[in-house]
Amino acid sequence: MDITQISNLLLELFYIIIGLFMGVTMVFTLKDKNHKTRIGTAMFWGILAVIFILGNYIPSTIVGILVVVIAVLSATKQINIGTLKQLDETFANLKAEKLGLKIFIPSLSIAVIAMLVAQFTSFPGTVAIGIASTIALVLTFILTKATSKELLEDTNRMYQSIGAFAILPQLLASLGVLFTTAGVGDKIASIISNVIPTGNALVGVATYCVGMALFTAIMGNAFAAFAVITAGIGVPFVFAIGGDPLICGTLALTAGYCGTLITPMAANFNMLPAALLELKDKNSVIKAQAPIALTLLVVHIFMMYIWGF
Amino acid sequence: MELLGILIIIIGFALKLDTIAVVVVAGISTGLVANMNIVDILNTLGEAFVSNRVTCLFLITIPVIGLSERYGLKAKAVMLIKKASSLSVGKLLSGYTFIREVTIGMGVTLGGHPQFVRPLVSPMAEGAAVAKYGDKVDEKDIEKIKSYSAASDNIGNFFAQNVFIANSGVLLIASTLEGLGMQVDTLEVAKVSVPVAVIAFIFWTAQNLLFDRKMTQKYSSKNGEGRGEQ
Repeated sequence: MDITQISNLLLELFYIIIGLFMGVTMVFTLKDKNHKTRIGTAMFWGILAVIFILGNYIPSTIVGILVVVIAVLSATKQINIGTLKQLDETFANLKAEKLGLKIFIPSLSIAVIAMLVAQFTSFPGTVAIGIASTIALVLTFILTKATSKELLEDTNRMYQSIGAFAILPQLLASLGVLFTTAGVGDKIASIISNVIPTGNALVGVATYCVGMALFTAIMGNAFAAFAVITAGIGVPFVFAIGGDPLICGTLALTAGYCGTLITPMAANFNMLPAALLELKDKNSVIKAQAPIALTLLVVHIFMMYIWGF
Repeated sequence: MELLGILIIIIGFALKLDTIAVVVVAGISTGLVANMNIVDILNTLGEAFVSNRVTCLFLITIPVIGLSERYGLKAKAVMLIKKASSLSVGKLLSGYTFIREVTIGMGVTLGGHPQFVRPLVSPMAEGAAVAKYGDKVDEKDIEKIKSYSAASDNIGNFFAQNVFIANSGVLLIASTLEGLGMQVDTLEVAKVSVPVAVIAFIFWTAQNLLFDRKMTQKYSSKNGEGRGEQ
């Protein structure tokens, strides 16, 4: 077996593990008698568990239908957080005193081990993440002497609080594929090419970065903008004339974040804190961020131009 | 007509309709106006959803974070941040951005406005201003300190998250480019993201220190008489 085959097998194994965690969340939801939307939420986690564990064996059309079912559950507000056992603060403080800085070891080890595995073995970064998480989990047990019951409880707590957001990146990436198949990228490209000249690298990267920031500001979500703008502007105006997809694509997403900083559409980041902090001017968080957002956007354009070509 | 989906997303997000439903409706409508039949659309959607499972790979790291939290991860972080209470407003906020960047770059979502900014960072920053300039700090500046506190969280969060190899943004970049026929590795994406994190920190620190200087000029040198000048 060559490394690609082993990698694919391992990845499949990691999806199964994630699927099992989702299954755990489903079981906790079903047992939660006080849950107002118990069946809907359990269905959400159950469907995801099935797709993660058996994704390669179910016909794609069925998966498509299941995704639509998830959308209906989400639209009808059936996916909610149940009654979660809150963390015991006294216990956490006590352990923090006792373990000290060591409590950072498990989480830090995910990042460090993943980097080391990806750097020094021929496994791709994705496989490295799975390997690192598995090792980190063992480290956590050794360090904290936690029980497996606590693992299940905490997994449920974390998964429930992430909730439907967990699948948003996956859904947006799929939307990108659907848009590309339907020719949306080509359409945007042909509109843009009427406005700006093709073949000029600086114009291309400026359009890509500003396009990302603008679209993100309009939609309030850089992930959604990324799929559309990369297919429509990144590919024809930057990658096609020699821009490195890795460098330019990566910078494009953070260029999009510059847009997040200056839009009321990104409610969680800009409007929510204004409300939480009882600010009189609801736009004052945006105002505080505008100078750095605009400067960073310009920096992104130059970085992409100089580094990406 | 192909752009109908984008329009649906913009309108749907603007009206704050359910995000997941909006995305799925936008996808299906786009397929329909592009003359794909419904089975084709579901097929494409399903196939893409399964092959993009990789964007959810960050979920495998979550149980470790959950257990660490139970055993005091956040509690310890709070203890560390509280030690920094004698700093100026700008230095304190830059310090928080730094901690936010380092932790998010390691895959740990420490912050967040409800959990950290409201109960901890903002009161500490206000406290630092009062400790340094006395009670005469006016309301306008308190507002500014609060908004800078919220901004410190956002900036640290946004520009350092892609440094973590298993971040959902990193996974999205890799899987989107792969969908367009370009293979990239998540480790490389994480490496390319490092300079952005550093530059964002430097700029934000500069803006913070400038704010510090304005405050010092306003409150210290003129002993409060210059109030209302800015």
